[in-house]
Amino acid sequence: MTAARDVAIRARDLTIGWGNFVLLDRIAFDIARGDICAILGGSGCGKSTLMRHLIGLEHPKGGTIEIQGAPPGTVREGRPPFGVMFQSGALFGSMSLLENIDLALARWTDLERPARRAVALSRLELVALGGFEHHQPAEISGGMKKRAAIARALALDPSLLFLDEPSAGLDPISAVELDELLITLNETLGVTIVIVTHELASIFKVAHDCIMLDKKSRGIIARGNPRTLRDESDDRFVHAFFNREAMGE
Amino acid sequence: MTERTLQWERSSSDDGTTLAFRGAMRLDHGAALWRTLDAELVDGARVTADLGSVTVADGGCVAMLVALEGDAANRGATLTVAGANDGIARLLALHRDRTSPPTARPRKPGFFHLVGEAAVVATRTARQAFDFIGRAAVAAGSAVRSPRAIQWSAIPSLVERAGANSIPIVVMINFLIGAILAIQSSSPLERFGANIFVVDLVGISVARELGPLMTAIIVTGRSGAAYAAELGTMRVSEEIDALRTLGFDPMHFLVFPRVLALLIVLPLLTVIADFVGLLGGLAVAVVQLDITVAAFLARLEVAVLFGDVASGVIKSAAYAVTIALIACERGLTTRGGAAGVGASTTSAVVLTLFSLIALDAVFTALFRVVNL
Repeated sequence: MTAARDVAIRARDLTIGWGNFVLLDRIAFDIARGDICAILGGSGCGKSTLMRHLIGLEHPKGGTIEIQGAPPGTVREGRPPFGVMFQSGALFGSMSLLENIDLALARWTDLERPARRAVALSRLELVALGGFEHHQPAEISGGMKKRAAIARALALDPSLLFLDEPSAGLDPISAVELDELLITLNETLGVTIVIVTHELASIFKVAHDCIMLDKKSRGIIARGNPRTLRDESDDRFVHAFFNREAMGE
Repeated sequence: MTERTLQWERSSSDDGTTLAFRGAMRLDHGAALWRTLDAELVDGARVTADLGSVTVADGGCVAMLVALEGDAANRGATLTVAGANDGIARLLALHRDRTSPPTARPRKPGFFHLVGEAAVVATRTARQAFDFIGRAAVAAGSAVRSPRAIQWSAIPSLVERAGANSIPIVVMINFLIGAILAIQSSSPLERFGANIFVVDLVGISVARELGPLMTAIIVTGRSGAAYAAELGTMRVSEEIDALRTLGFDPMHFLVFPRVLALLIVLPLLTVIADFVGLLGGLAVAVVQLDITVAAFLARLEVAVLFGDVASGVIKSAAYAVTIALIACERGLTTRGGAAGVGASTTSAVVLTLFSLIALDAVFTALFRVVNL
């Protein structure tokens, strides 16, 4: 187990579900500070739902979650301790890209307008969207929306970033560029990144660690470095997942 | 000194001003950092930001330093960032590599530009509307030939939503309209001893004008706005495209059922509106004007003819088609995200209300000509 001060996210006895339905049953994991951790699994195993619980948008049926030592509910009570990129980007359609990023800076910092503008522009530069600051979300492509959403998630310099399917629907070049951006953010800014994804190429390229969820056992069936799991796991599902094989009978 | 604080000392020499920072350069210190450096960077100033004792820096603070470095030249000053440790130096390099001149904010269009643009938009909207009406007419024709293309199963629920669910508000508003008309007209009529003609005024006004018009306005606010928002959301979330790829024509599948539903509902609601409007007038007549129920009904039989009621019902059918077509057209031409849906809904309601009044004027003139 990771030492307490090095843990970015800690979940204990975490049970997720609705009514009598249990999606994930008493799972426990730590995600180390500074890691890029992928949450993996087949469709419907609860990856995105787990992420929604980690960021405090939904409450677990049981157990505890700590984000940098505090419950994730603090998301509604003050400056968010993390940035989130939703699958669709979820940019505010009535605002320019610059205004999308400036929103959190204006709310949570006492920076004056020129300083906020400098920060917001630098965020857009970081995701290679320099020159698009006055564009509306409807005027840019899907890949650009995803990058803009990452820029918005980075607005407050969070030390933790959650990304839901960041490269889904992107062309291979945009997907690789996005992977490189995540590595840069992790290495240069020291951001801990949690990614929900299916994209194997991206997983092998960026993730130091992964948590593989399983629908049938309603728990975690594999944990560790994705390349190691691909090469060494004896579990049929884990092997099939990482090697893109059909499960058969 | 803890890691959470940022302090600095200012010193001057022949080489310029040095600000020696100590501690952690967090975004929380950004405002002070910006103000301090901004104040130093006057014309001719040579400023050094010494980060030798800064342990850690947020990306936001580094972005500000890089922005001020670039801006210093425009002010005739220089800013040198020195002494950064390895981590901060990597951040500085990352931000310097990716700095490009900001693009100019698009200029706000002038008055004549806005007028011209409005004219172009109005022309385009009118052309789109006529095109849509034409396609709807063609679709109605082809629907007769291939009824399976129509989503008949949606019609009962559309009728329920637009009709049954509207009855309480239609009843309440039209009762009050009838009562208000009677109250307002009672004083002048009383002066001439012509109380009984309140029945004529309320009866004809409600049956020919206010019943159909008020009901159409209520349905515009409830169902028209709902249709525009519903189809607009489907449009922006690519559901309309998905329908097309499955071989469905949105005109058959979405528009036709809505037109048909309002065509069934609005005349029926108008008849209800006429009835309760007269009841409102009757209530005031009995309570305030000492007219008996029998006298009211006897006068009503003379004053309000079948043609008065029929003209209102005919208008309501035309209103129904207008409301449904405008709402669907606005919804299906929605662009953008949530803001686009809002704009379409507003535009549908405003355009429909304008069209209803214009149509009412046309019908009034037409019925006068044909003596209905």
